[in-house]
Amino acid sequence: MRGILGYSAYIPYYRLDRADVTAALGSGGGRGTRSVAGYDEDATSMSVEAARGLLRSIGGTEKLTPNAVYFASATPPYLDKTNATVIHAALNLPQHVFAGDMTGSARSVNAALRSALDSSKPTMVVASDVRSGRPGSGDESALGDAAIAWMIGDDNDGDVIAEWLGGASSTAEFLDRWRQPEWNYSRVWEERFGEHAYLPLVTDAASAALKECSLEPDDIDHVVVAGMHARAVRGAARAAGVDGRPMADDHTGVIGNTGSSQAGVVLSSVLDNAGAGETIMVIHLADGCDVGFYRTTEAITNYQPSATLASQFEDTTTIDYNTFLTWRGFLDREPPRRPDPVPPFAPPALRNQAWKYGFVGSRDRSTGTVHLPPTRVSVKGGAVDEMEPVVMADVPATVATFTIDHLAYSLSPPTITVVIDFDGGGRFQCQLADADPDKVKIGDRVEMTFRRMLTAEGIHNYFWKAKPLAS
Amino acid sequence: MGSRGIKDQVAIVGMGCTPFGEHWDKSVEDMLVDASTEAYASAGINQDDIDAYWFGTLGSGVSGLTLSRALKIDYKPVTRVENMCATGSEAFRNACYAVASGAYDMVAAFGVEKLKDNGMSGLVGGTIPDDGTAPTLTAPASFSLLAPAYASKYGVDETEMKDVMTRIAWKNHYNGARNPRAQFQKEVSQEKICNAPLIAGQLGIFDCSGVSDGAAAAIIVRAEDAHKYTDNPLYVKALAFTAGPGAGPIDSDYDYSTFHEVSACAADAYAQAGVENPRAEIAMAEVHDCFTPTELVLMEDLGFAERGLGWKEVLAGTYDLDGELPVNPDGGLKSFGHPIGASGLRMLFECWLQLREEAPPERQIKSVTEGGKKLGMTHNLGGAPGNCVSFVSIVGSELG
Repeated sequence: MRGILGYSAYIPYYRLDRADVTAALGSGGGRGTRSVAGYDEDATSMSVEAARGLLRSIGGTEKLTPNAVYFASATPPYLDKTNATVIHAALNLPQHVFAGDMTGSARSVNAALRSALDSSKPTMVVASDVRSGRPGSGDESALGDAAIAWMIGDDNDGDVIAEWLGGASSTAEFLDRWRQPEWNYSRVWEERFGEHAYLPLVTDAASAALKECSLEPDDIDHVVVAGMHARAVRGAARAAGVDGRPMADDHTGVIGNTGSSQAGVVLSSVLDNAGAGETIMVIHLADGCDVGFYRTTEAITNYQPSATLASQFEDTTTIDYNTFLTWRGFLDREPPRRPDPVPPFAPPALRNQAWKYGFVGSRDRSTGTVHLPPTRVSVKGGAVDEMEPVVMADVPATVATFTIDHLAYSLSPPTITVVIDFDGGGRFQCQLADADPDKVKIGDRVEMTFRRMLTAEGIHNYFWKAKPLAS
Repeated sequence: MGSRGIKDQVAIVGMGCTPFGEHWDKSVEDMLVDASTEAYASAGINQDDIDAYWFGTLGSGVSGLTLSRALKIDYKPVTRVENMCATGSEAFRNACYAVASGAYDMVAAFGVEKLKDNGMSGLVGGTIPDDGTAPTLTAPASFSLLAPAYASKYGVDETEMKDVMTRIAWKNHYNGARNPRAQFQKEVSQEKICNAPLIAGQLGIFDCSGVSDGAAAAIIVRAEDAHKYTDNPLYVKALAFTAGPGAGPIDSDYDYSTFHEVSACAADAYAQAGVENPRAEIAMAEVHDCFTPTELVLMEDLGFAERGLGWKEVLAGTYDLDGELPVNPDGGLKSFGHPIGASGLRMLFECWLQLREEAPPERQIKSVTEGGKKLGMTHNLGGAPGNCVSFVSIVGSELG
């Protein structure tokens, strides 16, 4: 049996109220909210968070190390340079594990999933987008930011919680949505045309998939429909002949349409609540249509996602529209009179890869003292080269003291800096993400989160921050 | 093994210090010339009398050439020194050792910094290629960590803590208002200080020292030669310096209510000078009040207050100009300004004026004129809490 061994969705902390767009521009916007990646997040960093959640849920890399990691995104932070290597490094995966990107369109995620499902080895697939549009556009309000991570494998790799029953695809070349690499928004063709092009493709793929899996519509317990063409998505269940079956809530009223990760995020909310033996149909409209079937197994009843989708709808913060525009680069604000941010340098970043990406410190064997960053000489007793590496990324910590820095360069001032003490030892000083400066206090519990600290000279500086510990 | 010091072996016989401030019309070279002219005149010497130079700047030049080109020094040794905000003190310390060693008869220590030309707010550090993981705190944010840590350790509530910080800023502005060389020569009301916009943590704009341009210089000779140049030399009683392991940001035992580097440095200095009760024996102290909580913590680390009671002493006026132990009678970094490389020598310049009773009458301290005290102290710090270098000097107007 091959299928899903584990999954984890990551929804960023921030929301934009669509009514704020309407209030500011007199047009655009709408009802409800959309999810917003923090100013210090991108598709890669969110993928790391989703993948960390996934690994926690399946017992870590000690239990199962994937043979490959595929990163799928329509909004990859880098071109020319592989983004999946950042994820690979942040997860402290061994060098022999392949990591590659499948990027460009929302369909890339299905390329990654197909490869994983067709493989015979355990494979991690992560998909993430940071989606936006020009101010006032439909995309700006309708889309959202999120990441999803799956572990795909066989029985002998671990417990399959949702068996892959099979699927089918249809493909066509037509202009629905497109974007040049230098654009920070997409363009779309007139929407009725897209509906005209998509729905027959849905019909074909769905009937082929049902046939392939020997299923009847009545066998289906949940229908997940995803795709960036809202009108075609609305008509998809009917075109697939499954409009009488239970439709999964796509949560677009809360998080928006999250692009590459949408099908996975919606599927995750189904799996969060599913019992054993439930059949799930996933219909994904993207330059054609990909239809797949999963059936949950007994193992799903024991599966504990590190954070359910519902839990990530709590404890969020709504930012105002000006802040959203600033973070997305549509509002070029006056910077402080401080030096331009400096990018990380390549040789020290490589030398310190385990520290920078994997948050690996050093522990003095003689005293147990944890050093962050790792050092060769112990701060307690001065032993030299008596250190062993210690991964601290998943260790919770407590705020020892903190300050609010109004002077430091940030896209979202003020910066909160905390001094934290890790459970079991280790002191570190870092920024606090996803927190209200007025509510931070000594003794607060925090956990580490992988972030894009800044971008300078086209180089993204990825490193770790603390954030309030999820309750 | 031991720190023996060079008590009474060398003496300062001349000093110069430019006004500190926004010197848009003066270059590094101009300020070095101004400081040298005043220092040479003060000692009654010519540049040719000087055998060697120690020159401190954080980033306003590189190598001894920055000084030798400015002053047209004729083929003498010039050592460039850098030790963060303690750079000026470090130039002085090493210059003193050169004389004490017998290598030279007369040396000069210079310090200079030109901070205002870069057009930035606050201090700006240099860029060393790194992996992008170092904390990105600004200087006020680093030092603001002291305030909540101190307050929670000693049960001082937030309002009281702000009052203490305000009192320190108010005092140093009061003193600076009596100093024609200071960057800020105006008294500022406690209300205005307290209500100023926040920069970092509890620190408002008035809790931060002035970013400025300036230069200072000292002429040093063997103690036995001092009276050839002046009737009132200052004898060097102690020179102490510590660099810590940078444990603060990585060691959970550090609680941000003290500078271990300073405590160790002060203990060494008192031992060198034979000072047993600093609060009683020292006439005045110039300390590194880069931000107001720093001065508070220093009062305890330097032994001017019991642990946990420094804040009460501040509020009681112990360190005021007319208090028991005047601290920063020249206005300190807060009002005099903080051109990095010059600050350590500027602190000594106030000792030079006060112990020789040459300070303007409105800020001449009575512990010297009436109390008969003979010792002055400078304390200079570079870095951040838990991750710093510290310097302490003790100078006196009499031998023994």
